[in-house]
Amino acid sequence: MSLLEIEKLTLSIGNFPILRGIDLQLEKGEVMGVVGESGSGKSMTALTLMQLLPHGAQTGGRITFDGKDILHATEAEMLALRGDDIGMVFQEPMTALNPVKTIGEQVAEGIRWHTKASRADAESRAAAMLDRVGLPQSKFPLTRYPHQLSGGQRQRVVIAIACALKPKLLVADEPTTALDVVLQKQILDLLRDLVDERDMGLLLISHDLAVVAEMADHITIMRHGEVIESGETSAVLTAKAHPYTAQLAEASAHVPSNRRSIPPSALPGISPSRGDIGPSSNVQRPLGAQSHQEHIKQTSPVRTAAVQSPFSLHEGEMPGRAEGGVTLPPLLTVQSVTRDYAGRRTGLFSREKPFRAVDDVSFTVHPGQSVALVGRSGCGKSTLARMILALDRPSSGSITFDGHRLETSKDRDLRDARRNMQVVFQDPYGSFNPRHRVERLVAEPLHLLQTKPSREERRALVSKALDDVGLKPADMNKYPHEFSGGQRQRLSIARAVITRPKLIVADEPVSALDVSIRAQVLDLFAELNERLGVAYLFITHDLTVARAITDEVMVMHDGRIVERGETHAILDHPQSDAAKALVAAAPDLDRALAARAARINAAC
Amino acid sequence: MTAYILNRVLIGLATLLLASIVVFGVMEVLPGDPAQLMLGMSGSPEALANLRAQMGLDEPIVWRYLHWIGGLLTGDFGRSYTYSSPVADLIRERLAVSLPLALMSLLLSTFIALPVGIFAAARRGRLPDTLSMGTAQLGVAVPNFWFALLLIYAFAVWLKWLPAGGFPGWNGGIWNGIKSLILPSIALALPQAAILARVTRSALLDVLGEDYIRTARAKGLPRGRVLRRHALRNAMIPVLTILGLQFAFLLAGTIIIENVFYLPGLGRLIFQAITQRDLIVVEGVVMLLVASVIVVNIMVDLAYAVVDPRLREAA
Amino acid sequence: MSALPAETVPPSQSFLRLALGNRSFVIGAVITLIIAGMALLSYVWTPYSATELSVLNKMKGVSAEHWFGTDHFGRDILSMIMVGARASIAVAILAVGIGIVIGVPLGCYAAATGGWVDEVLMRVNDLVFAFPALLSAIMITAIFGPGATNAIIAIGIFNIPVFARVARAGALSIWPREFILAARASGKGKVLITIEHILPNIVSLLLVQGTIQFALGILAEAGLSYLGLGTQPPMPSWGRMLFDAQTRMMAAPHLAIFPGLAIVVTVLGLNLLGDGARDILDPRLRRVR
Repeated sequence: MSLLEIEKLTLSIGNFPILRGIDLQLEKGEVMGVVGESGSGKSMTALTLMQLLPHGAQTGGRITFDGKDILHATEAEMLALRGDDIGMVFQEPMTALNPVKTIGEQVAEGIRWHTKASRADAESRAAAMLDRVGLPQSKFPLTRYPHQLSGGQRQRVVIAIACALKPKLLVADEPTTALDVVLQKQILDLLRDLVDERDMGLLLISHDLAVVAEMADHITIMRHGEVIESGETSAVLTAKAHPYTAQLAEASAHVPSNRRSIPPSALPGISPSRGDIGPSSNVQRPLGAQSHQEHIKQTSPVRTAAVQSPFSLHEGEMPGRAEGGVTLPPLLTVQSVTRDYAGRRTGLFSREKPFRAVDDVSFTVHPGQSVALVGRSGCGKSTLARMILALDRPSSGSITFDGHRLETSKDRDLRDARRNMQVVFQDPYGSFNPRHRVERLVAEPLHLLQTKPSREERRALVSKALDDVGLKPADMNKYPHEFSGGQRQRLSIARAVITRPKLIVADEPVSALDVSIRAQVLDLFAELNERLGVAYLFITHDLTVARAITDEVMVMHDGRIVERGETHAILDHPQSDAAKALVAAAPDLDRALAARAARINAAC
Repeated sequence: MTAYILNRVLIGLATLLLASIVVFGVMEVLPGDPAQLMLGMSGSPEALANLRAQMGLDEPIVWRYLHWIGGLLTGDFGRSYTYSSPVADLIRERLAVSLPLALMSLLLSTFIALPVGIFAAARRGRLPDTLSMGTAQLGVAVPNFWFALLLIYAFAVWLKWLPAGGFPGWNGGIWNGIKSLILPSIALALPQAAILARVTRSALLDVLGEDYIRTARAKGLPRGRVLRRHALRNAMIPVLTILGLQFAFLLAGTIIIENVFYLPGLGRLIFQAITQRDLIVVEGVVMLLVASVIVVNIMVDLAYAVVDPRLREAA
Repeated sequence: MSALPAETVPPSQSFLRLALGNRSFVIGAVITLIIAGMALLSYVWTPYSATELSVLNKMKGVSAEHWFGTDHFGRDILSMIMVGARASIAVAILAVGIGIVIGVPLGCYAAATGGWVDEVLMRVNDLVFAFPALLSAIMITAIFGPGATNAIIAIGIFNIPVFARVARAGALSIWPREFILAARASGKGKVLITIEHILPNIVSLLLVQGTIQFALGILAEAGLSYLGLGTQPPMPSWGRMLFDAQTRMMAAPHLAIFPGLAIVVTVLGLNLLGDGARDILDPRLRRVR
């Protein structure tokens, strides 16, 4: 008999069907990966299994765990199972722990409740468990509070809580989604070890096919509350029998098609930029309709026309790159930039020593170049991005963009620079004022034009920008909540390109999106780079993103740039420890499948 | 932790200092010469000048302010014109009524509100919740002095269980004293309790939606235990905030309630002093009330730190 | 949870739909409209004169002619309550207005500027909060003279820090959002961002606080009038009617009951309105339901 058997499970909340007949089986000591995009019902399956569903949920079908009928179990029976035989790990470690209780109390609580152990007993078991998950007592005593721990450490505490009583089944719902790749690898390794060591079953829920491919023996692919395909992991993922499986697999290793053919080029002074831009490749550039505009660009990289009339910038000129292939002035020059934050107050007159978020960083970005800034969370990459966007000022050093010194200019004098530099943020939900219509939202940067466009001109510009990102002009009358996550990210991009900037800074622009949507948005970025010649600075912790659309990568670690070079060179042969760690930790579907095949061969 | 306490206390002291300047300044700019008021219309110019010199009214304003503050710190609140007795004695006498009244109301309100709020949150959306929150909704809307009139009518006029007003003093036996404070404290407490119960419920419901509640449930703890062990303490912050604010309301509420019940408390003292322009009494009582509000706020801040470990580290 | 309405209905219409579906809001709105209508009607018509004395009719109980009875001067209680609503509403509304007009800009300014400006403003706020509001209102009206105008000022002053705090807290939660960063990247200054992005997003908070302060204002005005410091006779006011009723309550409880009920119903209506508005406007709370 299997440890867990789910048969024809249905779930609806308030007449809204969530699950439509899920089948799933999990054996002792086995890892089952459940993969699906948002809305597929994968998390709800886990909550049904725990019987922790919201009010008004109606279930049907059958769940048998260890011989017990879960759907018909009384609350008392479920209390005995939860935390004892079934442990659960959640996605968001920052909020999963009670802020007013020590980690010791929180781990010991379940032990005391289920085993009726004495406080001292439970605490020593909690200490041992915390030690096992990598939080030794010498450095992380039981008396620590959650806020004194980092995200990765908190997730270890959550795992300790879930595994404290050696459960037969561990349910992990996106346990690493909120963590950076290096932490993700550590947590996954920990889960793997615990499974092997204790012969647990692990139900690993993830949107990330590569993660599941590395971890899971069997895989279940879900969409819209249904199981699309299931089976042995490498078999399912190599055969890709179902088109949706193939689509997911393609998307998770996506490289925009219009980039694949581009050979690396050698612009003088910097590492490769767009390969098709060279002295002789002028004609081949995919200028399309823009070619008639070329004469404008002969003289000056500053687009005087754009300043006078908002319309002229929509006729698709190429932003500032002098033709002819001579050495170009960089678009962005960051010179020895450092940013210190005042330390936390520890007393009335004492402070901790200042925290150096960015430490003596220098680099340049040339027109049309696409550069990734890669690093773990907290490495200072977002702080650096804010300074480049002139939303924050460096403590020392200088930033020059398009001939403007940013760090010393007043807000008023930044207009020219800002018009040529736009931003796309991570969160497609948080980056729009929910109370404004799309027209107003996308038109916001037009504020930077010296002459205010008329209403008609404004609408024309917005509809052009929407068209650029593959949305319909009619969408401008809608509100942002009427769009899906991927569409909203398109809106963000529309807002960013409306002034035809020379540089777009994108801070984790696709990490909040489902894989298939992510692929489409990456394609859009690549296409706009191609068509409008805009340079990108991509800030990401995700190497697949960097690989997909950038020419060059800078690896940042502890506030410093520790490595810089051509994307493929760095990703294939990292030199610095930080880069090596990132590359090693990045989940990769092909590599995972190869490793799995190797293991199986070795076993035979 | 010590830094946090020190910080709160210093801010409190600074606020108190500013408040004293405001109170003194307001009294200073008010029309009417205290000496003139004391003498009435009949006083001769010489007598007035004498009295002014005697009262120190001719000194420079900064000097008089320092003198006044110095007096407050040493317990010398000055002398009342209308009662011709030291303000400190008046305050002491009246506190014997007002302090028990305020404490009784605060206890009553807390002991009604917290259980009701918790009970309602635990049974959210069901009949007990609807009923108790409906009552609370009504309670918030009732003016305390009107509620006092209804209580008088019901328990004093009709049932004749309790006195309709007045205070016999503590010498006539503790029970008699308490008896005359029962209706006033109920009148003060119930509208406050209604607010507090609503805040308790909604704070608890907010917390019950948090991720860590799900973590606790996943450990296998039953709902009730999760509510007590995990939710309650986290929900205390907004409840404490409201409790602190209510203390100030209670103090002000005593002014009206003491008038309704003819209780010789601080509220009545200050109300009469205001109408009779006995400014030295007003100054003294206001400073006392302000100081007690500030002390209560400091206590609330300390309670936050006890509840929430994160605050212990932030200054 | 059907996806359709959100897809096609603009927020203004969906607000109306949500509002009509919210019981608290509907009941609160109806009560508030009735009270406001009564106050307006009293300008053109009352059953009897609210100020004219008629000794023959004094202390009449509830009857067909006098629905709520008459007082010790023979004035019709219903008419007095209708006219008294004017003073209550006017004082409370103007006091809320003072709080909003001064408090909201201060709070937004503090949130936008931060640093010492914020610190100073918040300390001043603490200072005002240290004075029990009703006590200070009593002092202000007693010293500068009783009357409706001084009552408005006295209650209004204490609404300022309330709105400043709410506005500041709301604005502080909006400022770090990404759409504000995007607006800053579009070169918009603090004033423009506050007007375009901050205010529309905190207006619901302010509206809810506004109804609460309105209700508290009604209670405060009644309290002041009860002490003889608010609206002055012969203009009737609810608080004053209760004061007059107190000594005659044994003989005529109706004197105390009806004006008190008028206060309770008005405050209840406003609170229900505020609660309903919060549920409708705050999507975070909507999710909880």
